[in-house]
Amino acid sequence: MAQYSLTVNGMSRTVDVPGDTPLLWVLRDELDLTGTKYGCGTGQCRSCTVHLDGEVAYACLVTVESVEDREVLTIEGLSDDLSHPVQQAWLEVDVPQCGWCQPGQVMTAAALLAEHPSPTDDQIDEWMSPVLCRCGTYSRIRRAIHRAALGGDR
Amino acid sequence: MIGETLSRRGFLAVSGGAGAGLVLGFSLVGCDRRAEAIGALGPGTLNAWIRIGTDDTVTFLLSESEMGQGTHTALAMLLAEELDVPWNQIRTEHAPADRELYGRQSTGGSTSMRTNYERMRVAGASARQMLTEAAALRWGVPASECSAADGRIAHRASGRVFTFGELADEAATLDAPEDPMLKDAADYRLIGTRVRRLDSPSKTDGSAIFGMDVKVPGMLTALVARPPVFGGSVRRFDPEPALAVPGVRKVVEIPAGVVVAADGFWAAKTGRDALEIEWTPGEFGDANDASILDRCRALANDGAVVRSDGDVPAASDASATRIEAEYRAPFLAHATMEPMNCVADVRSDECEIWTGTQAQTSAQDIAARITGLPVDKVLVHTQMLGGGFGRRSRNDFVGDAVEASKALGAPVKLMYTREDDMRGGSYRPLSYNRLLGALDDEGLPVAWEHRMVSPSILLSLGAGLRDGVDPTATENAGDLGYAIPNIHVTWADPGLPVSVHFWRAVSNSQNIWVTECFLDELAAAGGRDPLEYRLALLSGHPRRARALRLAAEKAGWPGGGSGRAQPQQASPVAEGRAMGCAVAECFGSVVAQVAEVELQDGTVHVPKVVCAIDCGFAINPDTIEAQMESGIVYGLSAALYGRISIENGGAAEGNFDRYPIVRMREMPVVETHIIAEGDTLGGIGEVGL
Repeated sequence: MAQYSLTVNGMSRTVDVPGDTPLLWVLRDELDLTGTKYGCGTGQCRSCTVHLDGEVAYACLVTVESVEDREVLTIEGLSDDLSHPVQQAWLEVDVPQCGWCQPGQVMTAAALLAEHPSPTDDQIDEWMSPVLCRCGTYSRIRRAIHRAALGGDR
Repeated sequence: MIGETLSRRGFLAVSGGAGAGLVLGFSLVGCDRRAEAIGALGPGTLNAWIRIGTDDTVTFLLSESEMGQGTHTALAMLLAEELDVPWNQIRTEHAPADRELYGRQSTGGSTSMRTNYERMRVAGASARQMLTEAAALRWGVPASECSAADGRIAHRASGRVFTFGELADEAATLDAPEDPMLKDAADYRLIGTRVRRLDSPSKTDGSAIFGMDVKVPGMLTALVARPPVFGGSVRRFDPEPALAVPGVRKVVEIPAGVVVAADGFWAAKTGRDALEIEWTPGEFGDANDASILDRCRALANDGAVVRSDGDVPAASDASATRIEAEYRAPFLAHATMEPMNCVADVRSDECEIWTGTQAQTSAQDIAARITGLPVDKVLVHTQMLGGGFGRRSRNDFVGDAVEASKALGAPVKLMYTREDDMRGGSYRPLSYNRLLGALDDEGLPVAWEHRMVSPSILLSLGAGLRDGVDPTATENAGDLGYAIPNIHVTWADPGLPVSVHFWRAVSNSQNIWVTECFLDELAAAGGRDPLEYRLALLSGHPRRARALRLAAEKAGWPGGGSGRAQPQQASPVAEGRAMGCAVAECFGSVVAQVAEVELQDGTVHVPKVVCAIDCGFAINPDTIEAQMESGIVYGLSAALYGRISIENGGAAEGNFDRYPIVRMREMPVVETHIIAEGDTLGGIGEVGL
């Protein structure tokens, strides 16, 4: 066990865990930020997607010792009030079904739009295909991303 | 309706069995106990489903599980329609497990709307009448002079108004009317419209609480080391290497395996990895897919007769064209995105459970049996389900958590890793099928023989067969709807130790694939268009024929609307693409689909699916579309990738690398057309598959 200082959603947090503990379990078990979801533990489903210094990262693969001095953003920190354009579009299209993968979908879509404000379908395929959804909300995710992109234009 | 005098208050309850056509009654028996149960739901509770706060918040307590299928939104629509409350005042909660209030609680079989269409509207109307009565009493006017709208009761003559919140506590003391007036369908303002899902906000900002997100004071997190072979067991184990891991608190054995309990998931996982266990292999230790196939083949001719019309051998002997085929479908994991988990706290006088389950009352029964507590001392707090698809009705994860909490003497969150979940059984049964078809001179089938070998879900659950057959294994095979004069269908169980369970659409998921594909083979052998062929054989099923025609017409099937093949007509399908069609009836609904399929570098792609769904009538068209997309993707994942293989007695696939599911780039364009011209509601959660 060792102490690690993290910056999560703009706040400084200190945890006492083994250094190889994945960020996912630090968020969920230590910091009670349960919006970041466990789905596979091996980086294949991307339900645990967070942003590290603005880039997408998979919290199940990133160790706590590797994220010291980096900015961690989770779904809880994306907005206080569902006001992020991606979240607004998600509500307008009513994307979620079971909802388990949606934090990972929303965080990935937010990063996609930060990089490509008006993404093409190919870019959506490229960015979103790694994020699995068992309920099959993909069509609505695509629609919502296009809608969020339009909103950004207005 | 029962017309007895209510004591202090009346209580709504349901009598009847599962499925459509429930009889709604008002049970008056055991009023005091029921009054107590309703009272325990909090102040302002008007019946088992409706609680109104003094701040005008209306909370609907829903006994069905929300696993993505949108049932909480739809149930709320039914209640709100009759209660006359604005949509933005509504909250929903999972109701507690309580047979007295809700009957047997099990969400499955696409039954939520069919079971609740009447009882939710009655519950809403009854509550509205109680609120109206409470207002009338306060004003000292006849209730007939008062009316409800938008969460308020108004006295029309004087213009005076109370909000529901101002009246709720008083209304809760009144008798519940047992036969309230319901709206005419023509006056619906919610039912039939595209109402936004109530759970979207919490599922978009990470605040929705699923089973795995629950934390209770003093809770340990546990993983179970289970036998790597189906039918195996623990011979001996050494807990010391696990206990040496920082954060690991205890190692105990339960019937399912060896439990490693720790402060959190990572310590539990590290501890479990360190455990040293010797397993007994059981009798299945050397089984694999090939040995299972041999067993199925050997049993194919010895199945119990499911159906026998006419004389198949005679008809096929007389036919010039005979087709034989073998179809095999594998075991499939549900692979809900949230792996199984359950929090249990077994205490001497009570057991509490927090989990996403599809079957609350069975969870109570399981916990009561393990703990020896009475059923009503088992409290089930249902959380959001990160996918269900049938898996979460098994409750084996509840049993394991209760066993673990009992053995540990502490509250415990029992978790499955993805590998535990995928290798843990409860699969969609595999299925071996041998078919024989014989055609007449026109190319139409005169004989159809279908021999199935497929593990029985009923036997896996410890239940019995019916006349030697598991009806959950033969859906849409025994009751094949095509007009064929000679039909013979058999079924046998291969006797495997792999547990099988209800998997979205159950045996429809493989049987419709088998029968529709084989029908295509017969059509091809007969030189007939597959659409026209089906329509020619569906004379006894006008709903199926109509749905099929609609899907074909919307998909641009050549000659589709007429049902006449015009092969010479230029196809609207792009170069390199082909179309296929299928139709089925299950869960009270009819669905027809036309899929466009293309080969790209030897790989099958499905760019588009046109779907026609006849579910009687629509409660929320948006949800129906979502469920068709969902079922189609679930089925496409199975068709393109799905397979749990048995190697050395265990499941080979453990994670999404070897058990892929459809991704964004493979998502077909899905076009859904709803046929809402009937008066009997059908299910929508499974038929799309």
